[in-house]
Amino acid sequence: MKIGIIGVGWYGFKPSIKDSSFREMMFEASTRAYEEANINPRTDVDTFISCQEDFWEGISISDEFAPDPIGGAMRPTMTVTGDGIQGIVHGIMHISSGLSNITTVEAHAKPSDILSLNHIIEFGHDPIYGRIGAKNCNFLAGLEAVKYMQKSKIEREDLAYVVAKNKELGLKNPRASFASKLSIDDVMNSEYVVYPLTELDISRYVDGAIVIVLASEEVARKYTDTPIWITGASFASDSTLELSELGEANYLKIASKKAYQMAKINPKQIKSAFIDDTYSYKELEHIEALGLSQNVKEDLREGQFYPGGKIPVNPLGGLLSVGRPLEASGLSLLLDAISYLRDGEENAIVGSWRGIPTFTGGVLVVSRK
Amino acid sequence: MKTNLNFRRVAVIGAGLTLFRRRMLETPQELAWEASKAALDEAGLDLKDIDCVVIGSAPDAFDGVHMKGEYLAHAGGVKKMVSRVFVGGATGVMVPISAWYHVASGLCEKVLAIAEEKMSPARPHPQSVFKYIWDPITEKPLNPNLIWIFAMEMHRYMHVNKISKEEIALVSVKNKRNALNNPYAQAAANLTVDDILNSEVLVWPVQRLDTSPVSDGAAAMVITSEDVARRHTDTPVWIEGVGWALDNTEWIQRDLYYPRYLEYAARMAYRMAGIENPFKEIDVIEPYDPFDYKELHHIEGLMIAKRGDAPKLLKEGVFDIDGDIPSSPSGGLLGVGNPIAAAGLMKTISIYWQLKGTAGKMQVKKPVHTGLAQAWGDLMQASTVVVMRN
Repeated sequence: MKIGIIGVGWYGFKPSIKDSSFREMMFEASTRAYEEANINPRTDVDTFISCQEDFWEGISISDEFAPDPIGGAMRPTMTVTGDGIQGIVHGIMHISSGLSNITTVEAHAKPSDILSLNHIIEFGHDPIYGRIGAKNCNFLAGLEAVKYMQKSKIEREDLAYVVAKNKELGLKNPRASFASKLSIDDVMNSEYVVYPLTELDISRYVDGAIVIVLASEEVARKYTDTPIWITGASFASDSTLELSELGEANYLKIASKKAYQMAKINPKQIKSAFIDDTYSYKELEHIEALGLSQNVKEDLREGQFYPGGKIPVNPLGGLLSVGRPLEASGLSLLLDAISYLRDGEENAIVGSWRGIPTFTGGVLVVSRK
Repeated sequence: MKTNLNFRRVAVIGAGLTLFRRRMLETPQELAWEASKAALDEAGLDLKDIDCVVIGSAPDAFDGVHMKGEYLAHAGGVKKMVSRVFVGGATGVMVPISAWYHVASGLCEKVLAIAEEKMSPARPHPQSVFKYIWDPITEKPLNPNLIWIFAMEMHRYMHVNKISKEEIALVSVKNKRNALNNPYAQAAANLTVDDILNSEVLVWPVQRLDTSPVSDGAAAMVITSEDVARRHTDTPVWIEGVGWALDNTEWIQRDLYYPRYLEYAARMAYRMAGIENPFKEIDVIEPYDPFDYKELHHIEGLMIAKRGDAPKLLKEGVFDIDGDIPSSPSGGLLGVGNPIAAAGLMKTISIYWQLKGTAGKMQVKKPVHTGLAQAWGDLMQASTVVVMRN
């Protein structure tokens, strides 16, 4: 399987976009993507996919607002309520089933509009025995981080290494609102939000919209000489909170197994990784789940996850630098991967996670060849 | 649109429903699993055989759960590729469409398609969930509700085509009567046109018996590739055409008398299924009927009747259970109930059972080979169509 990415567009990536509504942000991003792909959405795009969740939007049936800003009115437009990577996989299925030649996948987020984010996340828990009225939704990440650190012998200082690495690497990224040069001590000395995570270990929310234009291999070659290819793609859920394995990113294990199989590649051949680092420990947990390192702690301390090391992980700063645009998080990582590949890297793996309280994530293998 | 080029054949081999009722005691997860279990049993498969799960459910606010797809994933999607698709009220038929492309793309072999809705716990009334579906700036301040805008649509449809309330009420009579044969039905009844015309007015011209009830329920289907289907059944039913389309958000600027978006969706499905004359080539249909006028409106959008002609054909008995093109033989949403996404999948299941010949007392009189199910949703803007053959 080979699906081409022929255009990308993004808008926003600021902690608060005051002058545009979410629909205007979608429009801006899609205009840019179509311009880059050099296509007219009204005639060239066969199917449209938008990724959004009602409660994030504050609108019931938010799907109603999907078609107009992305050029999908009176066309086959649908919503996948999930991370952008799940949308991409649905888009890939549209193309490989023969339903479409060119498919647009859009995801956006405007958390600055949300007054009660913690309460909304509380609604993601089981209504009968999952809603404990926690004041801070990060408590679950704290629990999981401790479990993971115990299992993999990771120390608090290792998490600080991840934070310092990603915040520094983000300085090269035009979308990174939260990049900065920090020392390990800066991270170690900042205040805990929930043990073992300080506010620097937790990615901030950011507003943004992203549009990706996918095309079948034949069509992609017509539109561009340098498409980025998706060669493997999958997503998976572990289970609900009660039955999932804490400290173990099973969702990425399951999804990556399938994605590697599709791409006919093994983890050792992967040259760069763009994986969810909503919390600092998640980056390490995900590296393990994707099979990218045999000894995460050693590789991290040796600097093997920097550009030039064994495998650069989030060389453009990841979500710790860019921020977390809710359902667009996966696409934000994909955007980073695309610009890294356009700068010359051979291939990359993208791994996303839907955030608390889910155990769902998606994987894409992208390549220049 | 590119269709029908390289996809693999996709079959339905099992389906299951829960009862459609108001105030079911089961949780949404339990309802979804009950339907899934029934579908797996009919297909002769276990949950461990399933490799992908597609979930459909309309607004999260009904179940009161954020990320409802994640919550419902528990009903079958543990440690699997599981996702939820959403196109408002049209979700029910989007679920088999999505399951179709999961298999047709070659990414999955055996897909479990689940739709669930639990409307009755909403307070003070399920209608209040619809308070938040509007444009937050231009429409929400007017506090419209759904029956309002559907009354406008019904009025416009009646006015342009010069149709009377009596002609429309015949749909409700037919569907509620068909539902008497359906063991899952919630609102089956033997009524006359007068009963409907004498029921209380909600928003003129919509009266209570013109509408479908508030329901809880779930539906599920097992959809597989050709190889798997051949191994498990001698009578697979093939999904041969899928289509969907969304109009723009601005329903206020649309002429409501004709669902153009449905025509587009239907054309996509017909082209894929190779149907040129839907009136002659389709044997049985399940158009979406949350309101009685909607069934006629949709039959016209599906190009099975000319614009404004559906009431005439209805009166002639074409759409009766023993007619030329039986419509809503299950009893439809008016008779069986309307747990939004589950209702759409129920309609697809009804066609599947008709084509398989296992619809029991619901089975239509004439032999059937091609069937169609359709759903409708969002702000009177979305339609999904699936065409199946045996």
